[in-house]
Amino acid sequence: MATTRNTGASGERPARREGGSGSGGRKQYFRRRKVCKFCEEKIDVVDYKEVRLMEQFVSERGKILPRRLTGTCSPHQHLLTAAIKRARNIALLPFASEM
Amino acid sequence: MRKYELIFIVRTDVPEEDVEKLLTQLQGVVTTAGGKIEKAEKMGRRRLAYRVRRQREGLYLLLVFEGSGDMVKELERRLKVADPVIKFMTVRTDEELKRAEKMKAARVRQESKKRRPKPAAPPAIFPAEAEAAQA
Repeated sequence: MATTRNTGASGERPARREGGSGSGGRKQYFRRRKVCKFCEEKIDVVDYKEVRLMEQFVSERGKILPRRLTGTCSPHQHLLTAAIKRARNIALLPFASEM
Repeated sequence: MRKYELIFIVRTDVPEEDVEKLLTQLQGVVTTAGGKIEKAEKMGRRRLAYRVRRQREGLYLLLVFEGSGDMVKELERRLKVADPVIKFMTVRTDEELKRAEKMKAARVRQESKKRRPKPAAPPAIFPAEAEAAQA
């Protein structure tokens, strides 16, 4: 059961969650607690020129990933969204990429 | 005075001198109107995320300056008529930087608050261990 990936940093406790939607929900598994990358790395300005950073928060198709998937906190998601939209306007990120 | 970032893309098939000329010309627009250039640089060739004017690649240039909205107007007018320029965007950054500074200050305050009670805390967490070490 101890298949957690705890990297040792404080506050990175793996949260325990029930697997499945209750019907056959016997199987429990551990999921690493998601933390806001921007809070962790103390990023105050999300620059629209940092493509490497923003790429991590868009899907293969170029869509902005929701907070519930990435763990980004609300204030940072707002900044990130604005930055991604700017980057799209200047052709640094795609509006929609072909697969 | 407001702070702006002007980013624009020129075609890759134009000679180097023309790009330099354009960049100095734009800087002239800002300085003659009483603005201040903070940064003027080439960010380099980059593949565009999508095709713009049939181009798949472009040379990105960045101009960071302090000035007024009229300067932005004039710069954008020039970029619009300049042939090699395929795309441009101006972003006002002073308010964002101010906000970021505030966030940073708030974080520093919070951290110093957290740190203060710490020196006394460690011995109290594991009293058993401390006793064992003394024995």
